[in-house]
Amino acid sequence: MLTVAMPKGRIFSEALSLLKQAGYDIPDDLEHSRKLMIDVPNEKLRFILAKPMDVVTYVEHGVADVGIAGKDVLLEEERDVYEMLDLRISPCYLAVAGLPNTRVHPIAPRVATKYPNIASTHFREQGEQVEIIKLNGSVELAPLIGLAERIVDIVSTGRTLKENGLVELERIVDVTSRFIVNPVSYRMQDRAIEHMVDRLTYAIEKAGECNEN
Amino acid sequence: MRVFMFEKPLGMRDTLPDVYKTKRALREAMMAEIETWGYSFIETPTLEYDETVGAASAILDQQLFKLLDREGHTLVLRPDMTAPIARLAASKLYKEGCPLRLAYAANVFRAQQREGGRPAEFEQVGVEYIGDGTMYADAEVISLMIFALKRAGLQDFTVTIGHIGYVDALFFDILRHEQRVETLRRFLYEKNYVGYREHVKSLPLSSIDRDRLLRLLTLRGGEAVVAEAKALATTEAEQQAVDELQQLWAHINQYGVTDMVKLDMSLVSHMSYYTGVLFEVYAKNIGFLLGNGGRYDKLLAKFHRPSPATGFSVRLDRLMEAIGEQRNDEKTTCIIFSQERFAEAYVKAAEMRRKGEKVVLQHIAGIQNMDQFTASFDDVVYVLGKHGKDER
Repeated sequence: MLTVAMPKGRIFSEALSLLKQAGYDIPDDLEHSRKLMIDVPNEKLRFILAKPMDVVTYVEHGVADVGIAGKDVLLEEERDVYEMLDLRISPCYLAVAGLPNTRVHPIAPRVATKYPNIASTHFREQGEQVEIIKLNGSVELAPLIGLAERIVDIVSTGRTLKENGLVELERIVDVTSRFIVNPVSYRMQDRAIEHMVDRLTYAIEKAGECNEN
Repeated sequence: MRVFMFEKPLGMRDTLPDVYKTKRALREAMMAEIETWGYSFIETPTLEYDETVGAASAILDQQLFKLLDREGHTLVLRPDMTAPIARLAASKLYKEGCPLRLAYAANVFRAQQREGGRPAEFEQVGVEYIGDGTMYADAEVISLMIFALKRAGLQDFTVTIGHIGYVDALFFDILRHEQRVETLRRFLYEKNYVGYREHVKSLPLSSIDRDRLLRLLTLRGGEAVVAEAKALATTEAEQQAVDELQQLWAHINQYGVTDMVKLDMSLVSHMSYYTGVLFEVYAKNIGFLLGNGGRYDKLLAKFHRPSPATGFSVRLDRLMEAIGEQRNDEKTTCIIFSQERFAEAYVKAAEMRRKGEKVVLQHIAGIQNMDQFTASFDDVVYVLGKHGKDER
């Protein structure tokens, strides 16, 4: 039996439909249930539902053999897991944003973000010294209320930025969801995991063809 | 007054009695197996010079604990045992052309970047086999690790073997530039197969070369991988690596442990340390690497005694986690005595101790909570009162 860590929220339904396209017989209650652990015995799978940021942690510690996580989380957390497949779902990107005509504070430039690692690496690479302020959500609020002039956050449609009167200043990196594997499971359960990778690869290619047509 | 008794530096752990017993049993089982293969155990200092051992170690600089001695030299708490043993072998023990087999069970120190609970000090059991460049040496080290783990009681585990010479030769043949080779090698080291594939596709390569690089990721499995890798090889260096793996497999087969072993041609355990065959061992029940090893033919040259060498190390803390608590059948008896009969109680205890039994000798006045105290022993003998009989 393989344990699969699934991210709750934005990616969840897309990940689920990809699994269904890969031919997995997944019961509907997975999507609507409030249970955090659901077994699908006929597929020899167990699903656990976790916060997207925590999926990599469950997989790194091996309590989940495999998982689905955004590249943003992988970059931020730098966990020791195999990044096996680009599932090409939930495309978005990480960007620097701020109010129009943002003026960087000359003495104490501040950046608010849910991704302190990515943000600090990005600004270090630019040779810019900034203070990173970690927030857990509603990052767009920071420039509006004067906590920070700029933010680093995920942008998918750009609607949240727009509605809060913010503009994108710089694109950092493109993000899609990835299929990740625990290093020990990769060795100990190689057959089951290879099988899953093959089925997912097939589904990704099929989905790619549909998009092109 | 504030009590700091419970505070320990980040990542440092106490080992309590039950865990200690388990740990000792596993260590002794592994050591016993290693000794029967003729390896000699040694100890080296906990502190070494940063300039020599620190610099030669495979562990990243940011993971080293550093301090200054009185003269201002930078010291490190040893982050592994391989570099100290290489230093020792190069300076004293190793005689040119005479293979040297050394072993250790020792604590090593690595500062942890994240999650304070991860151990920064842990024990490793391992061997170093210096001065023999043949595949028999690699096969011996891998097989010995398997035998030692089995003797410690580990059942469900697997060893993955790769060859860094193959990866490097393949990459260099196609990319022709050390910098580009390193970029690609890093993707494998970081286990980022998505990044590897994307990078390969972005390079201006012929479709044949692109295919060779992509097929490297699929070269995993049993003995058949050797033939697949051979088919992919075009240069002499790749060919040599494949030949070495073929010999290795045959030798391991002699030891009868091929059922524990798999090949993975894309295995990259370290960015620059290993020079040939390398391997990792994984066990069920723990999500992390249990141990690893490989050939490091360039290390002894750093101590001005170039010589081939190979070895393995297993983390004892993770082995404990994989096996679980060992049942301990040994009994401990407590003899509780009163002043008048101390001599009699001592004679009794001494006699039992001579037979190898574990005995606590306890004066009754020293016990405040009789029920709780006696509950921790398998057997309690009372030697009390002037002429009273022994009670149980």
